[in-house]
Amino acid sequence: MLRSIHRWPGLAAALLVLVLALGGAALSVYPALERLGTPQAEGTLSVAELASRVAAAHPGLEQIRRAPSGRVVAWWFDAGKPGAAVIDPATGADLGSPDPLPGLRWLTDLHRTLFLGDSGRLVTAAGAAAMLVLALSGAVLVARRMGGWRRWFDRTRGPFAGRLHVDLARYAVGGLVLSSATALWLTASVFSLLPDEPPEPAPATATAGLPRMELAQIELLSGTPASALKELSFPSPDDPADTYTLTTDGGTALIDPGTGEMLSFVTPGGWERATEIVMMLHTGQGAAALGLLLGLMSLSVPALGITGLVQWLAARRQGLRIRGNAAPGQAETVVLVASEGGTTWGFARTLHQGLTAAGHSVHVGALTAFDPARYGQARRFLILAATYGDGEAPIAARGVLDGLRRLPAPPLAPVAVLGFGDRSFPDFCGFSRALADTARAIGWADLMPMATVDRQSVQDFARWSRDLGTVLGVALELSHLPERPQTQGLRLISRRDYGAEVQAPTAILRFALPRQGLWQRLTGQGFARFEAGDLLGILPEGSDVPRFYSLASAAGDGFVEICVRHHPGGLCSGMLTGLAVGGVVQAFLRRNPDFRPARGSAPVILIGAGTGVGPLAGFIRANRRGRPMHLYFGARSPQSDLLYGADLAHWQRDGRLSRLTTAFSRHGARHYVQDELRADAAQLARLIAAGAQVMVCGGREMAASVREALAEILSGVGQSPASLKAEGRYAEDVY
Amino acid sequence: MKLLNATLALTTALTAPGLALATPVTFTTQMNSYGGDGAYLAFYVTDAAGAYAGSLWMAGGKAKYYKHLPGWYAATGGDVGQVDGITGASVGAGRSLSITLDLQDALFDAGYVLHVDASVEDMSDSADDVVIPLTSATIGQAVVGRRYVQSVTVSK
Repeated sequence: MLRSIHRWPGLAAALLVLVLALGGAALSVYPALERLGTPQAEGTLSVAELASRVAAAHPGLEQIRRAPSGRVVAWWFDAGKPGAAVIDPATGADLGSPDPLPGLRWLTDLHRTLFLGDSGRLVTAAGAAAMLVLALSGAVLVARRMGGWRRWFDRTRGPFAGRLHVDLARYAVGGLVLSSATALWLTASVFSLLPDEPPEPAPATATAGLPRMELAQIELLSGTPASALKELSFPSPDDPADTYTLTTDGGTALIDPGTGEMLSFVTPGGWERATEIVMMLHTGQGAAALGLLLGLMSLSVPALGITGLVQWLAARRQGLRIRGNAAPGQAETVVLVASEGGTTWGFARTLHQGLTAAGHSVHVGALTAFDPARYGQARRFLILAATYGDGEAPIAARGVLDGLRRLPAPPLAPVAVLGFGDRSFPDFCGFSRALADTARAIGWADLMPMATVDRQSVQDFARWSRDLGTVLGVALELSHLPERPQTQGLRLISRRDYGAEVQAPTAILRFALPRQGLWQRLTGQGFARFEAGDLLGILPEGSDVPRFYSLASAAGDGFVEICVRHHPGGLCSGMLTGLAVGGVVQAFLRRNPDFRPARGSAPVILIGAGTGVGPLAGFIRANRRGRPMHLYFGARSPQSDLLYGADLAHWQRDGRLSRLTTAFSRHGARHYVQDELRADAAQLARLIAAGAQVMVCGGREMAASVREALAEILSGVGQSPASLKAEGRYAEDVY
Repeated sequence: MKLLNATLALTTALTAPGLALATPVTFTTQMNSYGGDGAYLAFYVTDAAGAYAGSLWMAGGKAKYYKHLPGWYAATGGDVGQVDGITGASVGAGRSLSITLDLQDALFDAGYVLHVDASVEDMSDSADDVVIPLTSATIGQAVVGRRYVQSVTVSK
């Protein structure tokens, strides 16, 4: 519901809001320009002195006004001719015409009324209201996506358009709320819907028959600083009963020109003051810096509009045709999709292709269209369900859980749920979990236990498809490529080979940093910015499916480094380990922001085995500040496959690595890393109690053994790998 | 061109029996190019003693800005009822405004004076921008304004 509130006014009012935002941004420059171009009065200048200076230069002076910027304008009527000028308060001299800066009136009229008078004012007010609704509903959506208001400024994730939308919005939303809310206030004020009429001083007349006093002798004028002046009107020379009218921040007074006495006085009310403040906040007049800031925030509106539109279109595309989709009533396998951005539909298509190729009749449909009666031949249901942000159901699946609960009886064919989500959110795959729980609660039989795919992981999906194949009795290994990535050629500049003697040929490959264009450098795209622990995707020759390797270097190191072990029959690892210096591979970068040391100076416990040491070595290499880093490194033999052996010794000497513990599985005591962890249990528990972060990189089995060992070690201090993970202090990069 | 067929509800002295002869009178106002937004204009009449006699026209729709028409505001105390039904749009710089009213003949050559106050956003208010004694002699004469009004011509 909230998202449609955010979307429809967004599309309908996009153009209007765009005009208002850009107009507002342009207008925001004027108060700053005016402030810069205005000579300021000395702090001690009184209204009487200022008025005397102006009156001396301009006989027939009628009125002086001072803007919040300090700009003083005088109007006079002398020798039958009217005149007006901006005044230098220091000298009383003319500084030129008080006409507004070029473009100001045009822009103001456009921004206020679209050149349509009062009807235009109502339209722009509607635009401001739309902006306010967008900003507020968007703020709630951002908070929901980030997993709570307290995570407002956490790192954003997901597709680029969505990320940019959220990134811009969370900085600009405050300004947009302020600008649109104040716009509505000002509209209400113009149409007299607010009780903010400035009160008038009681009418008064000057004492008859007295000559007019010198300005300096009038106490109220000489005692009021010029900086407080808003307006001073002079008594008409033709009307002996006329008075001075002085308006300052504090109110309006009528002054007898013959006696210098204040005849009547009125102070502004609360509403009037509020409107003045709202006016200042909206226009930046008197708060030029704030005005510029709000203008800058308004500039985000076009980008927000475009990225919002891109997201909406992407969500609409999700219903792309599935070639050869079986009719619902005929299909034995029914794939039901609940997807937010449409990427899950891509996986469904791959699943459809794979199963169809294996001889199954498969129907793919939306989960919202689920009705057990439609699928007469169904033997199994496969639900692919995406989770939006922190556990929220995708738009395309709202109400599905209630629909399931209302079923009179569970479907006869069993179900398997595959959740798509982002592990960096605490409630990872929350919606698909709720779906699986509901299915179980209504008594729907399980075909397979629920599985998850983290951030469109090709490997997670392939693993699930293998398991599905086992259940179905077919060989199924689905390689899904969300979109063919844009690759760049990486040239090998050096290689170090290890492990041939222990039947684990491994190489540290170092590639030259590819040349980056200006745009890439500005936007941080491609290889312009990366850290150790990010992923290098490599497209092996003859395949469109990339393989991912953890990076052992950062962009700042000036090279791209990975560790690769040759797997017998491995297409990509074979190509890489066989690559000669000077050879080129096609590669791209994928960020992995969750696998890197947290900021701060807390100790880091690095645990890796085999090529898993690569990113860990990268972290150590980058540890120039000498933060405590402890490395547990499992290899086969010290003589053969101790990757980075010489570097580790060097880093230990210069303080980047505090302690190195090695475990060799084919040498000496034949230990594994988990054994070394248990041996250091007391110290590890102490480090973790002191706030240390644990980072594990290696194979799945090794990671599981490490988790088990740490669970034992930490049970004594009331912690566990899961509790550390919840605090963001346990990160795994497992392959 | 604005045409208004309404007999003005001026003071009792002007609406007394026997004085009910009315003639259409046209007021043509030409504005200066003063380089600002549309001006609010108040047309009102004072009698031989200088007392407020009634309003003829108000150019400008928002009553909250009427206090910037100082002469009219002082004379009426800001009473919006005085311009009820005789209110139109503000007049842009360089533009002209023509209003035709059925005025009692007794208004002329009896000491009555037409005042036009003018006001423009962010600019100085101009009381008595134009002052025209309503006499046979001023009919057809363009009377020059002070600041925002270039001239006003009264014609029968």
